[in-house]
Amino acid sequence: MALLEVTDLKVSFPTPDGPVQAVRGMTFQVERGRTLGIVGESGSGKSVSTQTLMGLTRGAEVSGSALLEGRELIGMPEGELRRLRGAQISMIFQDPLSSLHPLYTVGWQIIELIRIHEPATTKAQARKLAIEQLAMVGIPQPEQRVDDYPHQFSGGMRQRAMIAMALALNPKLIIADEPTTALDATVQAQILDLMARSRREFDTALIMITHDLGVIADMADEVLVMYAGKPVERAGRRDVYYRPHHPYTVGLLESVPSATGAKGRLKPVPGQPPSLLNPPGGCPFHPRCPYVMARCRVDVPPLMGDGHQSACWLPLDLEGVGPEVARRRTEASS
Amino acid sequence: MTRFLLRRILFGVLVLWLVATTVFLLFFAGPADSVARRLAGPRAPIEVINQIKDTLGLNRPLWEQYVSFLGNLLHGDLGISFISQTPVTTLIVQSLPGTLWLVAGSAVLWMTAGITGGVISATRPRGLRDRVTTVLVLAGISVPTFILGMLMIYLALSVFPWFGLGPGPYISPLVDFRGFLQVMIMPWVCLAVVQAAVYVRLTRGSMLDTLGEDYIRTARAKGAPEHRIIYRHGLRAALTPVITQFGVDIGTLLGGVVVTESVFGLQGLGQLMIRSVRDGDLPVIIGAAILAAAFIVIANILVDVAYSFLDPRVRLA
Repeated sequence: MALLEVTDLKVSFPTPDGPVQAVRGMTFQVERGRTLGIVGESGSGKSVSTQTLMGLTRGAEVSGSALLEGRELIGMPEGELRRLRGAQISMIFQDPLSSLHPLYTVGWQIIELIRIHEPATTKAQARKLAIEQLAMVGIPQPEQRVDDYPHQFSGGMRQRAMIAMALALNPKLIIADEPTTALDATVQAQILDLMARSRREFDTALIMITHDLGVIADMADEVLVMYAGKPVERAGRRDVYYRPHHPYTVGLLESVPSATGAKGRLKPVPGQPPSLLNPPGGCPFHPRCPYVMARCRVDVPPLMGDGHQSACWLPLDLEGVGPEVARRRTEASS
Repeated sequence: MTRFLLRRILFGVLVLWLVATTVFLLFFAGPADSVARRLAGPRAPIEVINQIKDTLGLNRPLWEQYVSFLGNLLHGDLGISFISQTPVTTLIVQSLPGTLWLVAGSAVLWMTAGITGGVISATRPRGLRDRVTTVLVLAGISVPTFILGMLMIYLALSVFPWFGLGPGPYISPLVDFRGFLQVMIMPWVCLAVVQAAVYVRLTRGSMLDTLGEDYIRTARAKGAPEHRIIYRHGLRAALTPVITQFGVDIGTLLGGVVVTESVFGLQGLGQLMIRSVRDGDLPVIIGAAILAAAFIVIANILVDVAYSFLDPRVRLA
């Protein structure tokens, strides 16, 4: 049994213009100690789907199933779910400055987390644990810095503190929602390294949400590409990068600036993501797809294939259809 | 902190000096005869005019009058009331407790009601409780104080006379605590109704902003119980603008709660001020104006100091 099994998760938000279907059928599993990367543009439903697992999407209509070690999270009473949040599943957010409370010290915020879930812990014990956690994530002089306010930390240190908090109760699953997007490029690598190291040390499963394929290139065991609220490709890391099948994945890869080849212009994916108020019929990507066929406009492609899955009507042996990807593939193998 | 306080106090003194000078020029600039005539009224006989010129020293050059005015002011001497022939300081000291108690008691009521109402409406926006609160707030803001006051007096005297509530001058709680309550309860409620309405709106808005912040989502993700999210995380951060407004309001109200005091005949500073303006009792007007300015200046300094305790990001320098 996988640690987390999500089946046909659908989330929609009622608005005056009708329901916005933010997530339209997500299915995935995360094994213990493994890393799943979820990639997609803004509004593809990657954050909403994971926040729904934790019951953080208030006012949304949710259907489907999400089993954490066999326990159903969807529809779980708030009190029970609350005990899981922060203890079994913890989250790391994009902007550590706005995600930490500005009026409380970093230590206070970690101590609070510990004492919410383990009320028997004394303040002194929790404080000691908080200092240990800060030391572990590489905060210098943790005995002093524990009493600092978030604004006294640098951006990278704030995210380290968030990671320390996320790891404090040794959770089974960490969901990191764009954890490096708000950081300087030099700090990004340190934070990613820290996350990879802590994940290995604690044997925690990790869901890493990003719009940047580069971020998860070294970390993810498996990658799920999302488009318009649906997963469009799901494969092992190497397959996604070197043998992408779905034209959207190909487009994403081609739009990543490459450090080695400063040749020519970037190739953005043409067009706009569809409105989730009124998603297009058939394959959601068909209005932007360079390989669109008659069938794509009518039939919704399911995730097909085993192991390497793709929601595309193109033949499954046509992996790596893009010329740019083909070029990079030869580059990488030579 | 010390440097901040010193600078703010110096600045406050400057403001008070400007207020005092403006008031002085407003009343004393001009030929001695016309100044005395303005004070004594158009039909006063010439002997009275001359007497006023003598006692106030209006024949001296303006700068000499100004220097002695400031000198007296620094010694806490605000002159003697034309009407009651009592020192202005005595009049102010007599009227101050009524106003102080009115504002203090009412502040407790309106802050409690305002913050509670604001939190209730912000936690479920557009819900039933929010709508009910909104209607009450509109009613509270719309009803004129003097009408509310008169309605309360009518109810207290004719419908619920056994409560023993009624309008009347301030009684010290040390002298007669029961009497104090009987006189103060209605003005407290009356002033608090309008103020509470404003504070419900203020708290609601600030709270809604705060509850949308990322750190509230973090608190939820930590598994914090809802009441902890609302009070420890939300309200704590939402209070800052409320406290600012509170400081400003207290400063302004201490300068004189004119309508409420007058409706209930509380004999506080506000009423003293109204009476002195009506009677043209110049020294009292000047004294009350400077005192009101002083309250506002002090309240503002206190708000800034409170800020530095409320928000660690604020450093006073």
